[in-house]
Formats: sequence, structure tokens, C-alpha cells
Amino acid sequence: MKEFGGKALFLDRNDINTDEIIPAKYLTENTKLALQPYILEDLKLGGFNPRKDIEGKGVIVTRANFGCGSSREHAVWVFEVNDINVVIAESFARIFRQNMYNCGMLAIELPKKDIETIFSLGDAVTISVDLTGCTITAQGDKKVAILFKLNEFDKKLVEAGGWLAYADKNY
Amino acid sequence: MGKTIAEKIFAAHLRDTPTPENVILDIDVVMCHEITTPIAITDLEARGMDRVFDTTKIKAVIDHVTPAKDSKTAMQGKIIRDWARRHKIQDFFDIGANGVCHALFPEKGFVRPGYTVIMGDSHTCTHGAFGAFAAGVGTTDLEVGILKGVCSFRTPETMKITITGALQDGVSAKDVILFIIKKLTVNGATDKIMEFSGPVVEAMSMEARMTLCNMAIEAGGTCGICLPDRVTAKYLWPFIKDQYESIDLAVEDFFQWHSDPDATYVQEMTLDVSTLVPQVTFGYKPDEVKDVTEMEGTPVDQVYIGSCTNGRIEDLRSAARILKGKKIAANVRGILSPATPKVYSQALEEGLIAIFMEAGFCVTNPTCGACLGMSNGVLADGEICASTTNRNFNGRMGKGGIVHLMSPLTAAATAVQGHITDPRKLL
Repeated sequence: MKEFGGKALFLDRNDINTDEIIPAKYLTENTKLALQPYILEDLKLGGFNPRKDIEGKGVIVTRANFGCGSSREHAVWVFEVNDINVVIAESFARIFRQNMYNCGMLAIELPKKDIETIFSLGDAVTISVDLTGCTITAQGDKKVAILFKLNEFDKKLVEAGGWLAYADKNY
Repeated sequence: MGKTIAEKIFAAHLRDTPTPENVILDIDVVMCHEITTPIAITDLEARGMDRVFDTTKIKAVIDHVTPAKDSKTAMQGKIIRDWARRHKIQDFFDIGANGVCHALFPEKGFVRPGYTVIMGDSHTCTHGAFGAFAAGVGTTDLEVGILKGVCSFRTPETMKITITGALQDGVSAKDVILFIIKKLTVNGATDKIMEFSGPVVEAMSMEARMTLCNMAIEAGGTCGICLPDRVTAKYLWPFIKDQYESIDLAVEDFFQWHSDPDATYVQEMTLDVSTLVPQVTFGYKPDEVKDVTEMEGTPVDQVYIGSCTNGRIEDLRSAARILKGKKIAANVRGILSPATPKVYSQALEEGLIAIFMEAGFCVTNPTCGACLGMSNGVLADGEICASTTNRNFNGRMGKGGIVHLMSPLTAAATAVQGHITDPRKLL
């Protein structure tokens, strides 16, 4: 199975929607890779500079209801083509969460206090995810290990490499 | 133990239970449009899996950008058009016959009580108005739907919203759902099905019920759902008349899907809407909602009437009621996009199009249009639109633009006055 983790990009706001992650005007692109430059282009977050702030990041850490709004899987692909394969949040919109697991990527929900802990580790935080032990290790000003819950079916999708592969085998 | 309507539909479509929390359902209708389907098609082709599970259960339309505006959107249209022809998908609606998916497909009678419906579009929840389970999905779910006719869901949890009282004149289903979203917030219904019932819903037309269910997703809901009744049966009658001897028998049959009196809900809420006034959004989230009286006087540059939320014949009628014999303000650009060709021709016959045009509105072909800033009606930086659509997200109708969501009545009153206006003053 592929490795999940990387440097954390902190998006300190609730309700970040799919139009902010990838604006609708780019939905006319017919390849995933073409989406790459437009990541988080319309994100309303003071001081955020998508091109600069995203560089070298592999994990997004954010607040509640991430990915609300449209069903566009482009919001997942734009992370994938920017080498981000984990989003950690207090909660997700249903379709975004399902799209992540359908693509074999991780949308990890943590209680508010654990999200606060990761936010408190400073600006430079590196996160690794151990799927077998359902543990996130975050190394910033100090190192913390946090347990998370992973739905068994979602785990199977990640192991299978996504829903299409799983469904083709099972149905 | 009793079951909710969603639990009954899930039980009737259960293919697999991979874990106690997850179910795989058989899908009755897989709907497709030209924005999210082409990537599914090209991916299936690349994998050597260019097949469809059942051509009669797939419905496709070009609606978001039509006519095509540039080479990229022309290619999206071409990919879905070629695919529909290749697989002999009969129910494919191209230019001249196309319209906004969630208005067009119900008109064609494609959704029935007890059905399961998916589409690569978040406003698929609209079809719950027919007593169906209908959910928006991403492209991978759509691919599997096209290929296998199945989709995965979490075990359903239902929130019961009982709407009581009586709506005053000038207040509509749009105001009711905006008010509900304000109460629930943008994630108050996440992973839940929103079951709408009570005397106000029973008195609503199918058009109004579709408006109500359309915005369930704006509270995070998986699906909005209404209990199918005589109103549903009458709407569907041209499509089901060979199946039932009478409307009464259809209504009786639909009753099998009704939630049992002892069904379990995760949350119950009763709203008396007798004193509800027209609702308008502010800010960038659909739960940022105020009474119109608090928003009056806000200047607007554009008024947009259309979309899967409010582009149906009743919506045009209610806006025309205000616009008749009036001109829109000089500072306002008015745009009307009837949702389907049928709505358009009906509006022509009823003289509604003439009312809009004499008032100074531009009338476009049926399309999703300005709603998501993909084709026409895009706002310039700093411009404000009064809109009957469903999302006021930052940049939704164009970078730097601001959208205030409201009913067709409020939008029409706003167009006439040039600033946000309580429609009750003009009735």
C-alpha cells in the first residue's frame, strides 16, 4: 500500500467548499493534471497564497465540514496531482469524503481537541499515517501520536486502490 | 420496528452489506451531464471498461454549458454525445431538447417513488421530491454506477422536518428551505436524509417540493425526501397511466413507501411557517440567511432567475406576477433562463416571456447558465447578483462577485426596485 503523509498545510477555517478548492470555471478541463495550477485558487482565508503555501506539502489539516458544496471529484484530483493524499479535519461533507476514499486517498476525521493539538505544533509540522495501527504521528515543535477511527469499508477501498477496482472485483 | 421511507428504499435495493455501517445499493437511474461524466467515460475507456450496465437506466444531458462556449466545452459535449450514441442510450438530451438536468429529468417521468437515483451532481437530492432516494456523487461513483449499476452509502439516518402552519402570500418553498438551512447550518444534516412532511409540504406542488429538496445538500444532507402522494401521482400520471388503473390506485401503491408511524429518526424538528417572511442570504455560505426586511436596500447589478432550484414554470409565473406591466431598474441587468424547453414553450404560451422581455429581461436558452459562473451571466469583480439559485459561495458566479440567494418573487421585486426588496410590497 502507498505511503500516506508529508508536510502539513494548515487551513484554519470551517466550511471550506469545493468551489474554493477548485473553481467551476476549471471543470472544463478533461484531464486531472490540467487542474494542478488552480488548487485552492478562490480560498477565502486571510494571507493565504495558494502557489507559495502549497509547495512541498503532502497533508492538509483543517477544521469542520471540509469539502462542502458540489460533488466535483476535481476537488480530490486537484490535491492528488499536487501530491496531497491526506486531509485531516474535524468533519467532512459526505460526497467529498466518499470521493477521497473512492480514489484511494484518506479523509481522516479527528475530534476537535486533536485538531487543536496538531494546530498547536507550530508552522512546520510533518505528519505520517500508519493505517494498520490507525495512528497519526505529527512532528512539529514536539512529537505527538493520535489514534483515529477508520471505517472498515473505507479501509478496504484504500487497500484496493479505490472504489472502481473494489467494485469491479466484487460486483 | 418501523422503517423510514429511506430505510424502505434501501431495503428494497440492498445488494451487499460490506460492514454494518455500509451498504451497496442497486441503482434504478444513473443520470449524467457533460461536466462530470466525460472524465468518467475517458477513464473507463482507458481501462478497457467502456461498458454500461443498462442503457435504459442511464439518462444523459448536456446542460451546464450549452451551446458550447469554447473548444474545451465543445469537447466535453462531444465526449458525452459520442458515448451516448455508441451505447445507444435513448434518453440523451442534446441542444434543442436539453435543459437543466434536475428540471428536465423529472419532466420526462424518469423518477418514481421508491427509486434509487445517483448523478455526478450535488443537487441530485432534488429528485427526493418524488419519494425517491436520490444522491449526488463524484465521478468514481458515477463510473461504477455506469458500469455496474451499484453505489455505496452509509446506513441511512433520517432527520424528520415537519412543516406546519400556512405560508403567507409572497413566501414560497425557497424561503422555507433557506430558513431551514439557517436553522440547521451548512453541516447540520451531513450524512443524514432530510424527510420533509406536514401540511405545508402536502399542500406544495411538485415544483415547490423540488425546490425544497434541491437545497438539502446546502445543509449537508444526503437527500431531501417527500412522501409520495396524490400530488406526486398526478404529476407522474402521463408516465404511469398504463401501470395503474386509476390515480387512486397509484396513490395507494405509493403508500407502501411512507415512513411507518413508529419509525426511528435521529432528529425531529417542527417548524410553523405561518409568520415566515421572505428570506435572503448574505455572505458566502447558504446558512447566512436573514429576513428580507433586514436586507432591503442592498443594491444589485444583476438579477438571475433560473437553475435547478427555481427555473420551473411556477417560478416564472410568480416572478411574472411582480414584473407584469413594470420595467426593471436602469442599474440592473435581468437574466431569465427557463430550466427546460417545456418550461420555455409553456412560458411563451402563457405570455410570461413577453412580460419578462417587456420588463427588460434578457431570456437565454435552457441551461445552468449563471448559477455556477461557467457559461453566461458571469459577474465582474465586486458586482452583486440577486439570484434564485442555490449557492452563494465566494467566486461562484465569477471571481470577486457576490450572490444573494432568494425566491423568484423576491428576485423580481429586487429587479424592479434595483435593490433588495420585500416582494410583499409589490403584490
